[in-house]
Amino acid sequence: MPVVQIVIFGFALTNEVKNAKIAVLDNSKDEATTSLIAEFSNSRYFDVEKNLVSYNQVQQEFKKGKIKLAVIFPQNFSRDLQHLNKAQVQLIADASDPNVANTLTAYANAIIADYQNSITNNRKLPYTINTEMRMLYNPQLKGAYNFVPGVMAMVLLLVCTMMTAITIVKEKEMGTMEIMLVSPMRPQIVVIAKAVPYLLLSIVNIITILLLSVFVLELPINGSITLLMLESILFTLVSLSLGLLISAAVASQQTAMFISLVALFLPTVMLSGFMFPIENMPLPLRTVSNIVPAKWYYIIVKSVMIKGLGIKDIWKETLVLTGMLIFFLTMAIKKFKIRLA
Amino acid sequence: MQAIIIENIIKTYGKSKDVMALNNISFNVQKGELFGIIGPDGAGKTSLFRILTTLLLADSGKATVDGFDVVKAYKQIRKIVGYMSGRFSLYPDLSVEENLNFFATIFNTSIKENYDLIKDIYVQIEPFKNRKAGQLSGGMKQKLALSCALIHRPSVLFLDEPTTGVDAVSRKEFWEMLKGLKQQGITILVSTPYMDEADLCDKVALMQNGKILSIDTPGGIINNFSNPLWAVKSSQMFHLLNDITKQDFVKDVYPFGEFHHVVMKDKSGETLLKNFVQMHQEDKMQIKELKPNIEDCFIALMKN
Repeated sequence: MPVVQIVIFGFALTNEVKNAKIAVLDNSKDEATTSLIAEFSNSRYFDVEKNLVSYNQVQQEFKKGKIKLAVIFPQNFSRDLQHLNKAQVQLIADASDPNVANTLTAYANAIIADYQNSITNNRKLPYTINTEMRMLYNPQLKGAYNFVPGVMAMVLLLVCTMMTAITIVKEKEMGTMEIMLVSPMRPQIVVIAKAVPYLLLSIVNIITILLLSVFVLELPINGSITLLMLESILFTLVSLSLGLLISAAVASQQTAMFISLVALFLPTVMLSGFMFPIENMPLPLRTVSNIVPAKWYYIIVKSVMIKGLGIKDIWKETLVLTGMLIFFLTMAIKKFKIRLA
Repeated sequence: MQAIIIENIIKTYGKSKDVMALNNISFNVQKGELFGIIGPDGAGKTSLFRILTTLLLADSGKATVDGFDVVKAYKQIRKIVGYMSGRFSLYPDLSVEENLNFFATIFNTSIKENYDLIKDIYVQIEPFKNRKAGQLSGGMKQKLALSCALIHRPSVLFLDEPTTGVDAVSRKEFWEMLKGLKQQGITILVSTPYMDEADLCDKVALMQNGKILSIDTPGGIINNFSNPLWAVKSSQMFHLLNDITKQDFVKDVYPFGEFHHVVMKDKSGETLLKNFVQMHQEDKMQIKELKPNIEDCFIALMKN
């Protein structure tokens, strides 16, 4: 266990951003922009993922959520540089994660400054490349934009999974399950009945978090509130059925708590993308992160709440969560023992 | 008609199946009978109850409850039996009334519908109906548990050690209630470690180490005890036990309350015992002839 933790924390979970995917819109296509773009792709911090052709595409690429930064060169970049000794470049960053946005723009500025110095070298009049930055979605770089979706994922998972994880197993321990089994109650009814109170509790939780983030943290809800609520309820159901599965499968409350803590809480914190960017993790961890329900929910909340996207941009994530819900619930009912041993 | 039929049931525990909980058990219970299973802790009573209430699967053998197979027709059995497990198994944080309501609901019935059946029992705990079940006294808990087990008017009632840990007065009351239920035509299978409760059953099975030692009416079991039984007492009880064990006429001797019970090999032992008393006059020895009780029978069967 400690070995695993050291390895994970030491290597995988860093706030350093490497190989961030960026898009380039080169309206100038001259010698200066080409070499500057080459600088970007040679840097270990950036991967040039897309070459765009029009400004409209920039917005679309950000909506897809793959790219973190867009570099935009205006027309006549090289000519301006040669003749006026100064030119402009625009950096647009996805600031729904303000830390990553900050880091990336700093790296980009450094690369541009480097290039500027290298061409200035033996000239009397220095070249200046002005960068104009835009923080998309979160112009003030507020931390709340990042942690509210993360906290929502964590609180819902905590309440739902940990509390339901002990419900069925508690009855096994207390002996009430023995009496309940000798009754016409069907496993499906028992399992689903266990989830209902926590679902109601979680809906209250979701509303409280949203009210707090809007009125206290001044975070706007850019997308549809109904969609956000429905997605949150979907995530709650996934967490509940996961908790029920744990509860149905184990024999003691202690084991149930341990599993939900170690096997659920830690991965959720580490692999949901809320604390540490998933893009920088080694492939095995990135693969594992796909089975963490909170990762998908985190993407959904960020998309709906901060980026203001609709269902057509998050249907994939929604589908993954729905699949998980069906899987966990079926397993929980199957694992529910109709006898004592 | 038979309410419960048990044929060659074997149940083992452990990975290598080395713990024999039930060793080839077979017996029948008549409809409407109050049947007692008497045996010490670890005799296999709870395992047998759990197999009959469909909570455990036997390794081999067959059993039916009211004509339903305990393995194949477990769903039907769960609808018609009432079960009170060996330890307190109600919801401690629900009140008395809520518990009763809960069990009525999961059996698709209501307190009102079957109130006449539990009335005699429930009136005793009704003054505490708003108290949490976990805060009731031992006897009250058992009365509530019995009410909950009866709320759906079961045709067979399984009571696993209902009087263990309950005071003498409550135990007596509890058995009175069982007699009342018997009048209603409910078959009752009850287990207990207390030998004195055997007399209250229509029929008893004496169990020990997963085996049935004897099945008969309480009177029948006592009649089968043919050896003369005497009680002896002196001021030197420990020496007396040692001395009397060595006598040839003695089949068995064991401490029993303030007396030692002496089981003779045959009638002739009686005179020999009297002679033995004559020889030890300094110890103020007292003797008297006894009618055996179930416990004497159990000890005799156990040592055979």
